[in-house]
Amino acid sequence: MTRTVIIDPVTRIEGHAKITLHLDEAGHLTDTRFHVVEYRGFEKFCEGRPFTEMAGITARICGICPVSHLLAAAKTGDKLLALSIPPAADKLRRLLNLAQLTQSHALSFFHLSSPDFLLGWESDPARRNVFGLMAADPDLARAGIRLRQFGQQILELLGGRKIHSAWAVPGGVRSPLSQEARDWILERLPEARATVTLALELYKKLLDGPLQKEQLVFGDFPSLFMGLVTPKGLWEHIEGRIRFRDATGAIVADQLSEDDYADFLGEAVEPWSYLKFPYYKPLGYPDGIYRVGPLARLNVCDSVGTPWADRELAELRQRSGQPATSSFAYHHARLVEIVACLEAIEILVADPELMHGRIRLRASLNRNEAVGVSEAPRGTLFHHYKVDDDGLLTSVNLIIATGQNNLAMNRTVHQIAREYIPDPVPAGAEIPEAMLNRVEAGIRCFDPCLSCSTHAAGQMPLRLQLLAADGTVLAERLRG
Amino acid sequence: MAVVTLNVNGQDVAVPAGASLLEATRAAAADVPTLCHLDGLNPVSSCRLCLVEVEGSTKLLPACSTAAAEGMVVHTHTPRLREYRRMTVELFFAEGNHVCAVCVANTHCELQDMAVTVGMDHSRFPYQYPQRSVDASHPQFTLDHNRCILCTRCVRVCDEIEGAHVWDIGSRGGHCHIVAGLDEPWGQVQACTSCGKCVEVCPTGALFRNTDTTAEKQPDASLPALLRSARDQHRWHNQ
Repeated sequence: MTRTVIIDPVTRIEGHAKITLHLDEAGHLTDTRFHVVEYRGFEKFCEGRPFTEMAGITARICGICPVSHLLAAAKTGDKLLALSIPPAADKLRRLLNLAQLTQSHALSFFHLSSPDFLLGWESDPARRNVFGLMAADPDLARAGIRLRQFGQQILELLGGRKIHSAWAVPGGVRSPLSQEARDWILERLPEARATVTLALELYKKLLDGPLQKEQLVFGDFPSLFMGLVTPKGLWEHIEGRIRFRDATGAIVADQLSEDDYADFLGEAVEPWSYLKFPYYKPLGYPDGIYRVGPLARLNVCDSVGTPWADRELAELRQRSGQPATSSFAYHHARLVEIVACLEAIEILVADPELMHGRIRLRASLNRNEAVGVSEAPRGTLFHHYKVDDDGLLTSVNLIIATGQNNLAMNRTVHQIAREYIPDPVPAGAEIPEAMLNRVEAGIRCFDPCLSCSTHAAGQMPLRLQLLAADGTVLAERLRG
Repeated sequence: MAVVTLNVNGQDVAVPAGASLLEATRAAAADVPTLCHLDGLNPVSSCRLCLVEVEGSTKLLPACSTAAAEGMVVHTHTPRLREYRRMTVELFFAEGNHVCAVCVANTHCELQDMAVTVGMDHSRFPYQYPQRSVDASHPQFTLDHNRCILCTRCVRVCDEIEGAHVWDIGSRGGHCHIVAGLDEPWGQVQACTSCGKCVEVCPTGALFRNTDTTAEKQPDASLPALLRSARDQHRWHNQ
């Protein structure tokens, strides 16, 4: 009898998901699937609303990275108004996104993933979380929480609140950086730098020791990588154009405009998941598998452009390849991106333009269709709106980072399951918890935000099921 | 000046003859809630929040449109009135599509404030989720019917203060809605002077400037009273 292992819900990710492992009658693994089981329908219910509301509405898709939607919506709004925002507004938006990347990456590394690295895959799942980390290494836990607070506090200093601010608007931003806010950022920067230095040292030691195997089996496969780069090919997170690089390091496409995304991105649908499966159109589905997010951004760029981040990027490439093809390297990439963000924040806050000058332009509707793009912590985010002559939305398409990693997440789960599940699985055998945790951790490499990717609500516990060929649930683990 | 004396919540007050019960309750510092009422506009008693109990009357009376009379004994905050007021606000929320989190009027909304005032933490009535439209045809302003509570402040300020009479109520019963001109897109109504008074007096986010985004609407509901008193006192040189 064939069987399926189901992990449901997947824990320590943002949203709801389950993983199923399908066994054939001889107990061999035949298929793995990462299911996203929620639906929210933002694209539909936004129809009929004024496009000026989209920044406020789409920010509500997610509590972790509302800023990403806020910026993508504001940028799309800029294009509908057919205006170029003032330089000061552009810099303020950049500062907001850098703070967002910092806080989200700190959350992923310290709160969600480091318990696996530091407490061990086999440790008690009840303690294998940020609270267990607090007990085991309170100084590290505190530093990680304060690093996230650093990013969150900048969001509040700019937008008036940490979550769901509506500060970025079509035409610019609502308020400049205050002197007090600037002073606070400068005061806290050294501590943030010290924390990420500590995390990098710790993580590299783990890579040289207990995490060596994970580098090889946690989703190490060839794929394309996509991300924004500057016109000169440097790391970028809000402006710039799109670049694809393949697993050999060759640039497949460069300086693509988000306006043409439908020419190079397709969205496939599978009946077992609410999460779409975007792919690179010229290669077709599913061969057009590509990855986005911190690792992809660092893979596609030539360099970051700031000294410390470039040193760390060189080491990442030395350890994991250029491009790095293991999905486990996402964790390392997040830390390198925090370095890049801190350096960029330091440069930005020294710019007096952030505190003065014109920051918002007002205009009437001048276009009926626009596409906006930004780099969310988890990868490239597209907002595509069509509006009628009164500015009311007639069509909305949101392409979310986690969706773009869907094919890669499925492949990662399959690779981990092949490595850690006995082949064949003996009839009636229990699946060890540590194995299930590794499968989940494969998903966690991508720091998926399923709330965003399905525009779906809720926490993200994980369910894992072992299914027979006839669909019977043979074993199940549920953690939330 | 002729005055009438009456008793509000145990306190004797004197108000000019012809004053409303609402003015009398204000003289007694009794904070009677209102939504449709606005100083400077004629009362219509549509929101029913200012209902008060008057001894000798079997009916609850709207304070805004009931004249204060000699010897009246008025109660403004009985348990029954508190319950009715909360129910009224709950019905407002259940009847429309009010999503404060993304509304232009968030934190500057009289309906939102009223929910706090009457202690509404949820609606006991099922939400109707009506299918309503947004009229964004005006070059400067937008009307979102989802957020309209039919207070008719816009209708009255346009008629009584601006003298343009762009707005009216169309249809009947639960289908009632604000119409511009002869039920035309607002942007096509030639009578509209684009003065924006309707936007200033709207108690919710139903009427707003096109450039307003979440929580950016900052209305000025004192405008009608200011304009009316300025006219009455001939403050303008061309009067």
